[in-house]
Amino acid sequence: MNFSSLLQQEVPVTWYLLLSALLFSLGVVGFLIKRNLITVFMSIELMLNAVNLSFVTFAHQWLHCDPLLSQACMLAQPHAVRGQIFVFFVMVVAAAEAAVGLAIIIAVFRTRATLAVDRIDLMKL
Amino acid sequence: MHLLLFLIFAGFCLAGAANLLLQSHPINSALSLIVVMTSLAVLYLLLGAEFLAAAQIIVYAGAIMVLFVFVVMLLNAGREDRTRGSRAARAVGLPAVVAILAVLATIILRAKGLGGVALSQGITTTEELSRVLFSELLLPFEVTSVLILIAILGAVALARNDGERPAAK
Repeated sequence: MNFSSLLQQEVPVTWYLLLSALLFSLGVVGFLIKRNLITVFMSIELMLNAVNLSFVTFAHQWLHCDPLLSQACMLAQPHAVRGQIFVFFVMVVAAAEAAVGLAIIIAVFRTRATLAVDRIDLMKL
Repeated sequence: MHLLLFLIFAGFCLAGAANLLLQSHPINSALSLIVVMTSLAVLYLLLGAEFLAAAQIIVYAGAIMVLFVFVVMLLNAGREDRTRGSRAARAVGLPAVVAILAVLATIILRAKGLGGVALSQGITTTEELSRVLFSELLLPFEVTSVLILIAILGAVALARNDGERPAAK
């Protein structure tokens, strides 16, 4: 197999989307079964990342589809880069969310001296 | 080549995510999350998003995970105690996850005309991206910088020890 045929080799877009769905489900499972506040928060980050993957996949889909084949592609192509920009905004919001969330975890730990979610069941500090 | 890279790094992603669930110590979970995020950066590169791949490593695998590891160490978080948790979460939550996954998988697998991803399709350069970001989407960009500023203030205000309340009971 020569080099150009290696470059032409394709992976179906559906595989990326399935991977994204699987990662999201693993994140939800982690959110449900983990009993440590920090790990629960990590599961939320995992879900955000899974959604980002599907955003990037769809952005790629609209960037590289054939405008002559489908009407939707022709309409979407000028805006295809925006899918990636949306991921950029999600990253910014995730960074802000992580900073505030971890600060809340520190504040909770200071008053309760525990990180077990079973024992943090009141909103009142 | 693309297939091989995809399989390797998708495998890393899933293994890292599964390991995050299986580990009982938070620091191990944090390290497996770094594996997931770094492999996702490679997948972004395969999809032709060079800027996002770099941002994923710098922002997620770098900044956010450092924050996580820092908090784990600061709070001296130990091994989590495996309790049963709430029964409702298990009885309703886990079947709901399976249902969501099944619905998503059926929708994705039934979609037609999605095409494929190849290495020869080229990449979206940072220049193209920033041209749109800093011309058409300038206002949302500026708003996010205000959001970050508020988040910094909020984080400092929340995490600061105000000294009046006795620390830990």
